[in-house]
Amino acid sequence: MSESADMVARVLDPYSIPLDGKFDVSDAYLFQQDLHWAWFERLRNEAPVHYCEESEFGPYWSVTKYNDIMQVDTSPEIYSSEGGITIVDEDEEFPLPMFIAMDPPVHDVQRKTVSPVVAPMNLAKMEGLIRQRVCTILDSLPIGEEFDWVDKVSIELTTQMLATLFDFPFEDRHKLTRWSDVATTDEDSDLVESEDQRREELMECLEYFTKLWQERAGKSGNDLISMLANGESTKDMLDRPAEYLGNLVLLIVGGNDTTRNSLTGGVLALNQFPAEYDKLRANPKLIPSMVPEIIRWQTPLAHMRRRATQDTILNGQKIKQGDKVVMWYVSGNRDEDVIDRPNDFIIDRAKPRQHLSFGFGIHRCMGNRLAEMQLRIAWEEILERFESVEVVGEPTRILSGFVKGYSDLPVKLTRKG
Amino acid sequence: MATIKFIQHDGTEMVVEAEDGISLMNAAMDNGVSGIDADCGGECSCATCHVIIDDAWMAKTGQPSDQEESMLDLNPDRGSNSRLSCQIQVSSELEGIIVNLPEFQY
Repeated sequence: MSESADMVARVLDPYSIPLDGKFDVSDAYLFQQDLHWAWFERLRNEAPVHYCEESEFGPYWSVTKYNDIMQVDTSPEIYSSEGGITIVDEDEEFPLPMFIAMDPPVHDVQRKTVSPVVAPMNLAKMEGLIRQRVCTILDSLPIGEEFDWVDKVSIELTTQMLATLFDFPFEDRHKLTRWSDVATTDEDSDLVESEDQRREELMECLEYFTKLWQERAGKSGNDLISMLANGESTKDMLDRPAEYLGNLVLLIVGGNDTTRNSLTGGVLALNQFPAEYDKLRANPKLIPSMVPEIIRWQTPLAHMRRRATQDTILNGQKIKQGDKVVMWYVSGNRDEDVIDRPNDFIIDRAKPRQHLSFGFGIHRCMGNRLAEMQLRIAWEEILERFESVEVVGEPTRILSGFVKGYSDLPVKLTRKG
Repeated sequence: MATIKFIQHDGTEMVVEAEDGISLMNAAMDNGVSGIDADCGGECSCATCHVIIDDAWMAKTGQPSDQEESMLDLNPDRGSNSRLSCQIQVSSELEGIIVNLPEFQY
Protein backbone atom coordinates (compact mmCIF):
# COMPACT_ATOMS: atom_id res chain seq x y z
CA MET A 1 0.00 0.00 0.00
CA SER A 2 1.35 3.41 -0.90
CA GLU A 3 1.80 5.84 1.94
CA SER A 4 -1.05 8.13 0.87
CA ALA A 5 -3.47 5.24 0.44
CA ASP A 6 -2.39 3.98 3.83
CA MET A 7 -3.25 7.38 5.33
CA VAL A 8 -6.70 7.35 3.79
CA ALA A 9 -7.37 3.87 5.13
CA ARG A 10 -6.68 4.90 8.72
CA VAL A 11 -9.58 5.28 11.09
CA LEU A 12 -9.25 8.52 13.00
CA ASP A 13 -12.40 8.54 15.13
CA PRO A 14 -12.23 5.84 17.82
CA TYR A 15 -16.00 6.00 18.38
CA SER A 16 -16.69 5.02 14.75
CA ILE A 17 -15.36 1.46 15.18
CA PRO A 18 -16.13 -1.42 17.54
CA LEU A 19 -14.07 -1.67 20.70
CA ASP A 20 -12.75 -5.14 19.96
CA GLY A 21 -9.41 -6.91 19.54
CA LYS A 22 -8.57 -4.76 16.56
CA PHE A 23 -8.83 -1.48 18.47
CA ASP A 24 -5.19 -0.40 18.30
CA VAL A 25 -3.82 2.67 20.11
CA SER A 26 -0.19 1.90 19.29
CA ASP A 27 -0.19 3.46 15.81
CA ALA A 28 2.49 6.17 15.84
CA TYR A 29 0.40 8.21 13.40
CA LEU A 30 -2.19 8.85 16.13
CA PHE A 31 0.49 10.48 18.26
CA GLN A 32 2.01 12.44 15.41
CA GLN A 33 -1.43 13.90 14.59
CA ASP A 34 -2.29 14.43 18.28
CA LEU A 35 -5.38 12.26 17.84
CA HIS A 36 -4.63 9.65 20.52
CA TRP A 37 -6.51 11.44 23.33
CA ALA A 38 -10.00 10.28 22.33
CA TRP A 39 -8.72 6.73 21.78
CA PHE A 40 -7.39 6.52 25.31
CA GLU A 41 -10.45 8.23 26.74
CA ARG A 42 -12.61 5.51 25.20
CA LEU A 43 -10.38 2.78 26.62
CA ARG A 44 -10.37 4.32 30.11
CA ASN A 45 -14.17 4.54 30.12
CA GLU A 46 -15.11 1.30 28.40
CA ALA A 47 -12.16 -1.14 28.52
CA PRO A 48 -9.51 0.13 30.93
CA VAL A 49 -7.42 -3.04 30.57
CA HIS A 50 -7.76 -3.92 26.91
CA TYR A 51 -6.30 -6.65 24.68
CA CYS A 52 -5.31 -5.72 21.15
CA GLU A 53 -4.97 -8.95 19.13
CA GLU A 54 -3.06 -7.60 16.21
CA SER A 55 -0.85 -4.60 15.70
CA GLU A 56 2.40 -3.69 14.03
CA PHE A 57 4.02 -4.77 17.30
CA GLY A 58 2.07 -7.98 17.79
CA PRO A 59 -0.65 -8.55 20.38
CA TYR A 60 -0.49 -6.46 23.56
CA TRP A 61 -2.51 -5.36 26.58
CA SER A 62 -3.18 -1.67 27.15
CA VAL A 63 -3.37 -0.48 30.76
CA THR A 64 -4.91 2.98 30.77
CA LYS A 65 -6.08 3.89 34.32
CA TYR A 66 -3.78 5.56 36.85
CA ASN A 67 -4.17 3.00 39.63
CA ASP A 68 -3.88 -0.03 37.35
CA ILE A 69 -0.66 1.41 35.92
CA MET A 70 0.64 1.93 39.45
CA GLN A 71 -0.12 -1.71 40.24
CA VAL A 72 1.77 -3.02 37.20
CA ASP A 73 4.70 -0.69 37.77
CA THR A 74 5.08 -1.76 41.40
CA SER A 75 4.88 -5.51 40.77
CA PRO A 76 8.14 -6.28 38.95
CA GLU A 77 7.91 -9.95 39.96
CA ILE A 78 4.70 -10.32 37.93
CA TYR A 79 5.43 -7.77 35.21
CA SER A 80 9.02 -8.19 34.04
CA SER A 81 11.12 -5.58 32.25
CA GLU A 82 13.40 -8.18 30.63
CA GLY A 83 13.37 -8.13 26.85
CA GLY A 84 12.64 -4.45 26.41
CA ILE A 85 10.65 -1.61 27.92
CA THR A 86 8.90 -0.25 24.85
CA ILE A 87 6.15 -1.81 22.79
CA VAL A 88 8.72 -2.60 20.09
CA ASP A 89 10.30 -6.00 20.64
CA GLU A 90 14.01 -6.05 21.19
CA ASP A 91 16.11 -6.56 18.06
CA GLU A 92 17.32 -10.14 18.55
CA GLU A 93 20.31 -9.67 16.28
CA PHE A 94 21.29 -6.44 17.99
CA PRO A 95 20.31 -6.68 21.64
CA LEU A 96 21.08 -3.73 23.88
CA PRO A 97 21.00 -4.81 27.51
CA MET A 98 20.37 -1.88 29.86
CA PHE A 99 19.35 -1.82 33.50
CA ILE A 100 15.97 -0.27 32.81
CA ALA A 101 15.23 -3.51 30.92
CA MET A 102 16.42 -5.83 33.68
CA ASP A 103 14.80 -7.27 36.77
CA PRO A 104 16.29 -7.51 40.27
CA PRO A 105 18.90 -8.38 41.40
CA VAL A 106 21.12 -7.31 38.44
CA HIS A 107 19.02 -4.19 37.88
CA ASP A 108 19.51 -2.99 41.45
CA VAL A 109 23.28 -3.40 41.40
CA GLN A 110 23.79 -1.52 38.14
CA ARG A 111 21.35 1.25 38.96
CA LYS A 112 23.04 1.86 42.28
CA THR A 113 26.37 2.44 40.56
CA VAL A 114 25.03 5.05 38.17
CA SER A 115 22.43 6.85 40.28
CA PRO A 116 24.74 8.97 42.50
CA VAL A 117 25.70 11.14 39.52
CA VAL A 118 22.16 12.53 39.36
CA ALA A 119 21.64 12.60 43.11
CA PRO A 120 20.39 15.97 44.44
CA MET A 121 23.68 16.57 46.25
CA ASN A 122 25.60 16.32 42.98
CA LEU A 123 23.00 18.40 41.17
CA ALA A 124 23.35 21.25 43.65
CA LYS A 125 27.03 21.47 42.65
CA MET A 126 26.10 21.65 38.98
CA GLU A 127 23.37 24.27 39.30
CA GLY A 128 25.71 27.22 38.70
CA LEU A 129 27.17 25.77 35.52
CA ILE A 130 23.76 24.78 34.22
CA ARG A 131 22.37 28.26 34.85
CA GLN A 132 25.32 29.86 33.13
CA ARG A 133 24.75 27.71 30.03
CA VAL A 134 21.02 28.41 30.03
CA CYS A 135 21.69 32.17 30.17
CA THR A 136 24.13 32.01 27.26
CA ILE A 137 21.59 30.17 25.11
CA LEU A 138 18.70 32.50 26.00
CA ASP A 139 20.79 35.63 25.43
CA SER A 140 21.62 34.50 21.91
CA LEU A 141 17.98 34.25 20.80
CA PRO A 142 16.49 36.68 18.26
CA ILE A 143 13.82 39.09 19.55
CA GLY A 144 10.67 39.76 17.54
CA GLU A 145 11.34 37.31 14.74
CA GLU A 146 10.12 33.79 14.22
CA PHE A 147 12.42 30.88 15.04
CA ASP A 148 12.19 27.19 15.99
CA TRP A 149 12.16 26.79 19.79
CA VAL A 150 12.94 23.06 19.54
CA ASP A 151 16.15 23.57 17.63
CA LYS A 152 17.46 26.73 19.25
CA VAL A 153 16.47 26.12 22.87
CA SER A 154 15.17 22.66 23.77
CA ILE A 155 17.76 20.61 21.87
CA GLU A 156 20.65 22.94 22.58
CA LEU A 157 19.95 23.11 26.29
CA THR A 158 19.43 19.42 26.94
CA THR A 159 22.41 18.49 24.79
CA GLN A 160 24.67 20.81 26.75
CA MET A 161 23.32 19.36 29.98
CA LEU A 162 24.01 15.84 28.85
CA ALA A 163 27.52 16.78 27.72
CA THR A 164 28.06 18.14 31.22
CA LEU A 165 26.93 14.90 32.86
CA PHE A 166 29.16 12.75 30.65
CA ASP A 167 31.98 15.32 30.67
CA PHE A 168 31.68 14.81 26.90
CA PRO A 169 33.94 16.84 24.58
CA PHE A 170 31.87 20.00 24.25
CA GLU A 171 32.59 20.65 20.57
CA ASP A 172 31.26 17.16 19.68
CA ARG A 173 28.11 17.46 21.77
CA HIS A 174 25.73 17.37 18.79
CA LYS A 175 26.68 13.74 18.29
CA LEU A 176 24.74 13.05 21.50
CA THR A 177 21.57 14.53 20.02
CA ARG A 178 21.98 12.46 16.87
CA TRP A 179 22.56 9.20 18.78
CA SER A 180 19.58 9.91 20.98
CA ASP A 181 17.33 10.45 17.95
CA VAL A 182 18.72 7.44 16.09
CA ALA A 183 18.27 5.12 19.08
CA THR A 184 14.55 5.82 19.45
CA THR A 185 13.56 6.41 15.86
CA ASP A 186 10.45 4.74 14.49
CA GLU A 187 11.19 2.62 11.43
CA ASP A 188 8.69 4.64 9.38
CA SER A 189 10.41 7.95 10.09
CA ASP A 190 13.05 9.18 7.68
CA LEU A 191 15.78 9.81 10.23
CA VAL A 192 17.82 6.82 9.06
CA GLU A 193 17.64 5.04 5.72
CA SER A 194 17.89 1.50 7.00
CA GLU A 195 18.26 -0.64 10.07
CA ASP A 196 21.89 -1.20 9.00
CA GLN A 197 22.54 2.51 9.08
CA ARG A 198 20.96 2.73 12.53
CA ARG A 199 23.24 0.00 13.86
CA GLU A 200 26.27 1.56 12.23
CA GLU A 201 25.62 4.89 13.90
CA LEU A 202 25.09 3.24 17.27
CA MET A 203 28.37 1.36 16.85
CA GLU A 204 30.07 4.74 16.27
CA CYS A 205 28.56 5.84 19.56
CA LEU A 206 30.01 2.80 21.29
CA GLU A 207 33.41 3.39 19.75
CA TYR A 208 33.46 7.02 20.85
CA PHE A 209 32.47 6.17 24.39
CA THR A 210 34.92 3.27 24.56
CA LYS A 211 37.72 5.79 24.06
CA LEU A 212 36.33 7.98 26.82
CA TRP A 213 36.12 4.94 29.12
CA GLN A 214 39.71 3.97 28.43
CA GLU A 215 40.91 7.50 29.14
CA ARG A 216 39.06 7.58 32.45
CA ALA A 217 39.47 4.07 33.87
CA GLY A 218 41.58 4.16 37.00
CA LYS A 219 41.20 7.93 37.41
CA SER A 220 38.82 9.78 39.67
CA GLY A 221 35.96 11.78 38.16
CA ASN A 222 32.37 12.68 38.93
CA ASP A 223 31.03 12.19 35.42
CA LEU A 224 28.89 9.23 34.39
CA ILE A 225 31.60 7.50 32.35
CA SER A 226 34.18 7.70 35.15
CA MET A 227 31.57 6.28 37.52
CA LEU A 228 30.86 3.33 35.25
CA ALA A 229 34.54 2.72 34.49
CA ASN A 230 35.49 2.72 38.15
CA GLY A 231 32.35 1.43 39.89
CA GLU A 232 32.80 -1.93 41.61
CA SER A 233 29.80 -3.55 39.91
CA THR A 234 30.31 -2.03 36.45
CA LYS A 235 34.07 -1.76 35.91
CA ASP A 236 34.16 -4.89 33.73
CA MET A 237 31.24 -3.71 31.58
CA LEU A 238 33.58 -2.80 28.73
CA ASP A 239 34.06 -6.56 28.23
CA ARG A 240 30.34 -6.65 27.43
CA PRO A 241 30.14 -3.90 24.79
CA ALA A 242 26.45 -4.47 24.03
CA GLU A 243 25.64 -3.83 27.68
CA TYR A 244 27.82 -0.71 27.74
CA LEU A 245 26.08 0.61 24.63
CA GLY A 246 22.69 -0.29 26.07
CA ASN A 247 23.30 1.70 29.22
CA LEU A 248 24.70 4.63 27.23
CA VAL A 249 21.59 4.70 25.08
CA LEU A 250 19.49 4.61 28.24
CA LEU A 251 21.30 7.57 29.75
CA ILE A 252 21.41 9.56 26.50
CA VAL A 253 17.74 9.02 25.70
CA GLY A 254 16.69 9.31 29.34
CA GLY A 255 18.50 12.61 29.72
CA ASN A 256 17.79 14.07 26.33
CA ASP A 257 14.52 13.38 24.53
CA THR A 258 12.47 13.63 27.68
CA THR A 259 13.59 17.01 29.00
CA ARG A 260 13.83 18.37 25.46
CA ASN A 261 10.17 17.69 24.86
CA SER A 262 9.10 19.01 28.26
CA LEU A 263 10.93 22.25 27.51
CA THR A 264 8.93 22.57 24.31
CA GLY A 265 5.71 21.27 25.87
CA GLY A 266 5.83 23.95 28.55
CA VAL A 267 5.84 26.73 25.97
CA LEU A 268 2.96 25.13 24.12
CA ALA A 269 0.95 24.59 27.33
CA LEU A 270 1.34 28.20 28.48
CA ASN A 271 0.17 29.38 25.06
CA GLN A 272 -2.84 27.09 25.09
CA PHE A 273 -3.74 28.20 28.62
CA PRO A 274 -2.98 31.96 28.56
CA ALA A 275 -4.59 32.57 31.97
CA GLU A 276 -1.93 30.27 33.46
CA TYR A 277 0.78 32.24 31.66
CA ASP A 278 -0.62 35.44 33.26
CA LYS A 279 -0.63 33.73 36.64
CA LEU A 280 2.99 32.75 36.16
CA ARG A 281 4.09 36.25 35.09
CA ALA A 282 2.37 37.68 38.17
CA ASN A 283 3.98 35.13 40.46
CA PRO A 284 7.23 33.46 39.33
CA LYS A 285 7.26 31.61 42.67
CA LEU A 286 4.88 29.18 40.98
CA ILE A 287 7.70 27.80 38.82
CA PRO A 288 8.50 24.89 41.18
CA SER A 289 4.88 23.68 41.04
CA MET A 290 4.54 24.43 37.33
CA VAL A 291 7.50 22.22 36.46
CA PRO A 292 5.94 18.89 37.53
CA GLU A 293 2.67 20.01 35.91
CA ILE A 294 4.52 20.49 32.61
CA ILE A 295 5.96 16.99 32.98
CA ARG A 296 2.49 15.55 33.64
CA TRP A 297 0.78 17.49 30.87
CA GLN A 298 3.45 16.62 28.32
CA THR A 299 4.18 13.04 29.46
CA PRO A 300 7.38 12.89 27.38
CA LEU A 301 7.39 9.09 27.32
CA ALA A 302 3.94 7.87 26.33
CA HIS A 303 4.35 4.35 27.68
CA MET A 304 6.51 1.64 29.21
CA ARG A 305 5.97 -2.03 28.58
CA ARG A 306 6.32 -5.18 30.68
CA ARG A 307 5.85 -8.90 30.06
CA ALA A 308 3.79 -11.11 32.41
CA THR A 309 5.90 -13.76 34.16
CA GLN A 310 2.78 -15.71 35.21
CA ASP A 311 -0.97 -15.84 34.63
CA THR A 312 -2.51 -12.98 36.55
CA ILE A 313 -5.62 -10.82 36.83
CA LEU A 314 -5.60 -7.05 36.42
CA ASN A 315 -8.81 -5.08 36.96
CA GLY A 316 -10.82 -8.19 36.09
CA GLN A 317 -8.91 -9.12 32.93
CA LYS A 318 -7.05 -12.42 32.66
CA ILE A 319 -3.50 -11.78 31.55
CA LYS A 320 -1.52 -14.86 30.46
CA GLN A 321 2.10 -15.64 31.17
CA GLY A 322 4.22 -14.16 28.38
CA ASP A 323 1.71 -11.48 27.36
CA LYS A 324 3.01 -8.03 26.53
CA VAL A 325 1.57 -5.39 28.87
CA VAL A 326 1.78 -1.70 27.94
CA MET A 327 1.32 0.94 30.65
CA TRP A 328 0.10 4.06 28.88
CA TYR A 329 1.40 6.84 31.14
CA VAL A 330 -0.03 9.34 28.66
CA SER A 331 -3.49 7.98 29.50
CA GLY A 332 -3.02 7.52 33.26
CA ASN A 333 -1.91 11.14 33.52
CA ARG A 334 -5.32 12.17 32.14
CA ASP A 335 -7.34 9.84 34.40
CA GLU A 336 -10.21 11.94 35.76
CA ASP A 337 -10.70 9.57 38.70
CA VAL A 338 -7.32 10.54 40.15
CA ILE A 339 -6.46 13.93 38.69
CA ASP A 340 -8.84 16.86 38.87
CA ARG A 341 -9.56 18.47 35.43
CA PRO A 342 -6.80 16.31 33.95
CA ASN A 343 -6.84 17.85 30.48
CA ASP A 344 -6.24 21.33 31.84
CA PHE A 345 -2.80 22.74 32.45
CA ILE A 346 -2.91 24.22 35.97
CA ILE A 347 0.34 25.57 37.37
CA ASP A 348 -0.70 25.65 41.01
CA ARG A 349 -2.17 22.21 41.63
CA ALA A 350 -2.31 20.98 45.25
CA LYS A 351 -0.27 17.83 44.51
CA PRO A 352 1.70 18.65 41.36
CA ARG A 353 4.11 15.74 41.66
CA GLN A 354 1.32 13.20 41.62
CA HIS A 355 1.75 11.97 38.05
CA LEU A 356 3.02 8.91 36.21
CA SER A 357 5.57 10.48 33.87
CA PHE A 358 8.53 9.18 35.91
CA GLY A 359 6.93 5.79 36.50
CA PHE A 360 6.77 4.24 39.97
CA GLY A 361 8.57 1.45 41.77
CA ILE A 362 12.10 0.18 41.23
CA HIS A 363 12.37 1.59 37.70
CA ARG A 364 11.20 5.07 38.66
CA CYS A 365 13.12 7.69 36.70
CA MET A 366 16.55 8.09 38.19
CA GLY A 367 16.95 11.57 36.73
CA ASN A 368 13.65 13.02 37.92
CA ARG A 369 15.30 15.70 40.09
CA LEU A 370 17.73 16.63 37.34
CA ALA A 371 14.86 17.03 34.89
CA GLU A 372 12.98 19.25 37.32
CA MET A 373 16.07 21.31 38.03
CA GLN A 374 16.75 21.93 34.34
CA LEU A 375 13.18 23.00 33.71
CA ARG A 376 13.10 25.19 36.81
CA ILE A 377 16.29 27.03 35.88
CA ALA A 378 15.17 27.42 32.26
CA TRP A 379 11.84 28.95 33.28
CA GLU A 380 13.41 31.22 35.90
CA GLU A 381 15.71 32.66 33.26
CA ILE A 382 13.01 32.82 30.56
CA LEU A 383 10.71 34.84 32.84
CA GLU A 384 13.59 37.09 33.76
CA ARG A 385 14.16 38.04 30.10
CA PHE A 386 11.01 37.70 28.05
CA GLU A 387 7.53 39.14 28.43
CA SER A 388 6.29 36.29 26.26
CA VAL A 389 7.34 33.27 24.27
CA GLU A 390 4.52 33.31 21.76
CA VAL A 391 3.71 30.26 19.67
CA VAL A 392 3.15 31.57 16.13
CA GLY A 393 2.41 28.36 14.21
CA GLU A 394 1.45 24.73 14.58
CA PRO A 395 3.92 22.40 16.31
CA THR A 396 5.26 19.43 14.33
CA ARG A 397 5.00 16.28 16.40
CA ILE A 398 7.27 13.24 16.28
CA LEU A 399 6.10 10.03 14.62
CA SER A 400 6.39 7.77 17.65
CA GLY A 401 4.13 6.06 20.16
CA PHE A 402 6.98 6.09 22.69
CA VAL A 403 8.76 9.44 22.64
CA LYS A 404 5.97 11.99 22.81
CA GLY A 405 7.48 15.14 21.49
CA TYR A 406 8.07 17.80 18.88
CA SER A 407 10.46 18.35 16.03
CA ASP A 408 9.46 21.98 15.46
CA LEU A 409 7.68 24.77 17.34
CA PRO A 410 7.69 28.24 15.74
CA VAL A 411 7.80 31.02 18.34
CA LYS A 412 8.41 34.73 18.62
CA LEU A 413 9.91 36.43 21.67
CA THR A 414 8.98 39.76 23.22
CA ARG A 415 11.56 41.33 25.49
CA LYS A 416 10.53 42.20 29.00
CA GLY A 417 9.99 45.77 30.18
CA MET B 1 -2.32 9.26 69.71
CA ALA B 2 1.36 10.16 69.70
CA THR B 3 3.51 13.26 69.76
CA ILE B 4 5.99 13.33 66.90
CA LYS B 5 8.98 15.63 66.57
CA PHE B 6 10.14 16.28 63.00
CA ILE B 7 13.61 17.79 62.66
CA GLN B 8 14.56 19.38 59.33
CA HIS B 9 18.01 19.01 57.87
CA ASP B 10 18.79 22.59 58.98
CA GLY B 11 17.79 21.80 62.56
CA THR B 12 14.32 23.40 62.54
CA GLU B 13 11.98 21.40 64.75
CA MET B 14 8.23 20.93 64.52
CA VAL B 15 6.12 18.95 66.97
CA VAL B 16 2.79 17.50 65.87
CA GLU B 17 0.08 15.36 67.45
CA ALA B 18 -1.13 12.47 65.29
CA GLU B 19 -3.91 9.93 65.59
CA ASP B 20 -3.30 6.20 65.77
CA GLY B 21 -3.37 4.38 62.48
CA ILE B 22 -2.31 7.14 60.12
CA SER B 23 1.19 7.03 58.65
CA LEU B 24 4.09 9.24 59.72
CA MET B 25 3.97 10.55 56.15
CA ASN B 26 0.36 11.68 56.55
CA ALA B 27 1.12 13.13 59.97
CA ALA B 28 3.78 15.29 58.31
CA MET B 29 1.70 16.23 55.25
CA ASP B 30 -1.45 17.03 57.28
CA ASN B 31 0.50 19.38 59.54
CA GLY B 32 2.45 21.19 56.86
CA VAL B 33 5.82 19.69 57.72
CA SER B 34 7.99 20.39 54.67
CA GLY B 35 10.68 18.12 53.29
CA ILE B 36 8.46 15.18 52.36
CA ASP B 37 7.13 14.94 48.81
CA ALA B 38 5.23 11.63 48.86
CA ASP B 39 4.71 11.62 45.10
CA CYS B 40 3.00 8.24 44.99
CA GLY B 41 0.58 9.13 47.77
CA GLY B 42 1.69 6.47 50.24
CA GLU B 43 2.01 3.36 48.08
CA CYS B 44 5.63 2.57 48.92
CA SER B 45 6.61 3.11 45.32
CA CYS B 46 8.48 6.40 44.93
CA ALA B 47 10.76 6.73 47.98
CA THR B 48 10.11 10.49 48.24
CA CYS B 49 8.98 10.28 51.88
CA HIS B 50 12.38 9.15 53.14
CA VAL B 51 13.07 9.88 56.81
CA ILE B 52 15.77 8.95 59.30
CA ILE B 53 14.42 7.56 62.57
CA ASP B 54 16.15 8.38 65.84
CA ASP B 55 18.02 5.39 67.30
CA ALA B 56 15.83 5.16 70.40
CA TRP B 57 12.68 4.49 68.32
CA MET B 58 14.19 2.37 65.58
CA ALA B 59 13.13 -0.98 67.10
CA LYS B 60 9.60 0.23 67.78
CA THR B 61 8.96 1.10 64.15
CA GLY B 62 9.36 -2.55 63.10
CA GLN B 63 11.09 -4.03 60.08
CA PRO B 64 10.72 -2.65 56.56
CA SER B 65 8.96 -4.97 54.11
CA ASP B 66 10.78 -6.32 51.04
CA GLN B 67 9.12 -3.71 48.89
CA GLU B 68 10.18 -0.91 51.22
CA GLU B 69 13.71 -2.33 51.23
CA SER B 70 13.88 -2.26 47.45
CA MET B 71 12.60 1.32 47.33
CA LEU B 72 15.00 2.48 50.06
CA ASP B 73 17.79 0.93 48.05
CA LEU B 74 17.17 3.41 45.24
CA ASN B 75 18.48 6.14 47.51
CA PRO B 76 22.26 6.58 47.39
CA ASP B 77 22.07 8.40 50.74
CA ARG B 78 20.37 5.52 52.53
CA GLY B 79 21.58 5.05 56.10
CA SER B 80 20.98 2.35 58.71
CA ASN B 81 18.02 4.29 60.19
CA SER B 82 16.41 5.17 56.86
CA ARG B 83 12.72 4.39 56.47
CA LEU B 84 9.86 5.40 54.23
CA SER B 85 7.47 7.39 56.40
CA CYS B 86 4.41 6.11 54.51
CA GLN B 87 5.16 2.65 55.87
CA ILE B 88 5.19 3.51 59.59
CA GLN B 89 1.84 3.64 61.40
CA VAL B 90 1.37 6.01 64.31
CA SER B 91 0.52 4.34 67.64
CA SER B 92 0.91 5.20 71.34
CA GLU B 93 4.09 3.11 71.31
CA LEU B 94 5.72 5.80 69.22
CA GLU B 95 4.96 8.58 71.78
CA GLY B 96 7.73 11.19 71.55
CA ILE B 97 9.34 9.72 68.42
CA ILE B 98 12.01 11.86 66.77
CA VAL B 99 11.99 11.82 62.96
CA ASN B 100 14.84 13.45 61.04
CA LEU B 101 14.30 14.70 57.51
CA PRO B 102 16.98 14.32 54.85
CA GLU B 103 18.41 17.28 52.93
CA PHE B 104 16.81 16.09 49.68
CA GLN B 105 14.17 13.66 48.50
CA TYR B 106 15.11 11.72 45.38
